[in-house]
Amino acid sequence: MFLPYTEKTSREVNGLSFLNNLITGISLGSVYAIIALGYTMVYGIAKMLNFAHGDVIMVGAYVTFFATGSFNLPPVVGVLLAVVVCTVLGVVIEGLAYKPLRQASSLAVLITAIGVSYFLQNAALLLWGADTKVFTSVIPEGSLPISGVNITYKALVTVLTCVIIMLALTWFTTKTKMGKAMRACSEDKAAAQLMGINVNRTISMTFAIGSALAAIAGVLLCSSYQTLMPTTGSLPGIKAFTAAVFGGIGSIPGAMLGGILLGIIETFAKVINTNISDAVVFAVLIIVLLVKPAGLLGKTVREKV
Amino acid sequence: MKKLTPGRKRLINNSITYGIVIAAFVILQLCSAGDMLSSSLEGQLIPICAYIVMALSLNLVVGISGELSLGHAGFMSVGAFSGVVTAMSLQEAIPNAGLRLAVAMVVGAVLAGVAGVIVGVPVLRLRGDYLAIVTLAFGEIIRNIFNVLYVGVDKNGLHFSLENEAALNLAEGGKAILKGPMGFTTNVKLASFTAGFVLVLIALTVVLNLVNSRSGRAIMALRDNRIAAESVGIGATKYKLMAFVTSAVMAGAAGVLYAMNFSSVAPKKFDFNTSILVLVFVVLGGIGNIRGSIIAAAFLTYLPELLRAFDLDEYRMLVYAIVLILVMIATNNPVMRGFFSGIKEKFRKSPEEPAEKGGVSHE
Repeated sequence: MFLPYTEKTSREVNGLSFLNNLITGISLGSVYAIIALGYTMVYGIAKMLNFAHGDVIMVGAYVTFFATGSFNLPPVVGVLLAVVVCTVLGVVIEGLAYKPLRQASSLAVLITAIGVSYFLQNAALLLWGADTKVFTSVIPEGSLPISGVNITYKALVTVLTCVIIMLALTWFTTKTKMGKAMRACSEDKAAAQLMGINVNRTISMTFAIGSALAAIAGVLLCSSYQTLMPTTGSLPGIKAFTAAVFGGIGSIPGAMLGGILLGIIETFAKVINTNISDAVVFAVLIIVLLVKPAGLLGKTVREKV
Repeated sequence: MKKLTPGRKRLINNSITYGIVIAAFVILQLCSAGDMLSSSLEGQLIPICAYIVMALSLNLVVGISGELSLGHAGFMSVGAFSGVVTAMSLQEAIPNAGLRLAVAMVVGAVLAGVAGVIVGVPVLRLRGDYLAIVTLAFGEIIRNIFNVLYVGVDKNGLHFSLENEAALNLAEGGKAILKGPMGFTTNVKLASFTAGFVLVLIALTVVLNLVNSRSGRAIMALRDNRIAAESVGIGATKYKLMAFVTSAVMAGAAGVLYAMNFSSVAPKKFDFNTSILVLVFVVLGGIGNIRGSIIAAAFLTYLPELLRAFDLDEYRMLVYAIVLILVMIATNNPVMRGFFSGIKEKFRKSPEEPAEKGGVSHE
């Protein structure tokens, strides 16, 4: 960050560490972006803040951990298993906890979501213990040297996964029937229902996709940090929500942009002082909400009386 | 039976609430004097008082003002740590422990109120989920600040640092009070059950009087329909801020009481989980129900001790989570609500009906 003024060599070294930090930031940001995509889709359609989203990440990571660690399944199978489990979990959560509250106030829904989040964390605590598990990365170690900068395979895979997911989601929401139904529901549920769209099924579908993405994000997150405990998902979950708000909630490219920017900001804040990096991230959220509540790429919606 | 006017009904209702609190205090004091309390309950008395005040404080925001605050532990920590700093630095100036506790509480409450204004002014411009998430963000920021804050005192006054204990540059005889992630580790046990009881009474009086005042009605009008309330000239920012800051002040005082009961408290204690715990008290006691908050806070703070006796303690948080979800569904789902109000109606009608019939036959 701070360029020294005397020697050229140290400036080069600092330039390199700047690039390395940038890559770390983009890689972390890509994980945030994948989580944020789940948040943003659910928020766009169900108009609710799914607090439990972060904990679905944790469940996904645990499933992969046990599949690859205890049952010696290949990593790809482990990831697929996590995706399946989380998808089912997401749909079940939606059906049991959120569906009965479709007409309720946002306060009631938010408290329920917090309850679900707490339930998942404590269930994980009872099932799998409070000790920190060492997560074996599903991505091979090693790095790709490009003109002096080492890009790890993990960073490469994470960023590529994020880009692929974003492109796939953009295609899904613009070209397929289900995707169009989702966008219709997010604009006006009543009108969508009159057009013959099954609103409940569409919302369940959104939760399924969001939770599947959460599973992938969980595996990528734990592959980078290699530690896993019942509270692993909660802070990244909240940060990813920050990213979704930053980019403009409801917008898919916005979630991607917000996630990557937030990852970069957090990484550089960590370089300055590790203890305050979270505070910096949350300060970003507060400033964005106060200055531009619709986010970078969001649309401003006027309130109608 | 004569119909009660709303004012009289309220008076009776409030008297019952005060009565419960005072009766509980007297009974517990008598038991304590007679050595009839288990040591686990005895140790929980002051935390129970602190959590009752926290629950009253959060209920003011969630129940009366209708906004969800997820950062109340932040205000509690502002009160706790500023209170401890005050108490420690005034050790020589005010030898009387009770007076020192009172001064520490006022300082803690005022500083938490200041934090409430700083947080409230930007936050209350937002609505719904955004407001909740920003209070959460502020709570985490406050915790992060206390995690790197070092405060020491010597004969020249207070010293602050954001780096480490050595950077405080204390003169000889000076001592560090707050040590970053360790919080405070010096014993300042000033709190007593009586002080806690007085604080609960003050908090209860403040909340009940606020709710039944013109301002309180304005706050509730804004909760029920913001647009309608604004259109009759109720300023949303002013009244929402009033509720929020009052709540922060109470949380700060509760924090001081809580901190003064332990020999060491780290900033980690006041994290998101504590905010949620208080929210659980408020929700289970009934959102907007003052008496419910008190009973829920007292019972649920003692519950872990009870459960520990049966080895069920590890399931406590899981049960809380399930109960939280079930209560929200039961009170907010139209089908469930119809079911419950049907039961209520049945119970209410049965004792009144014979009386009416009796009245008719008498004529």
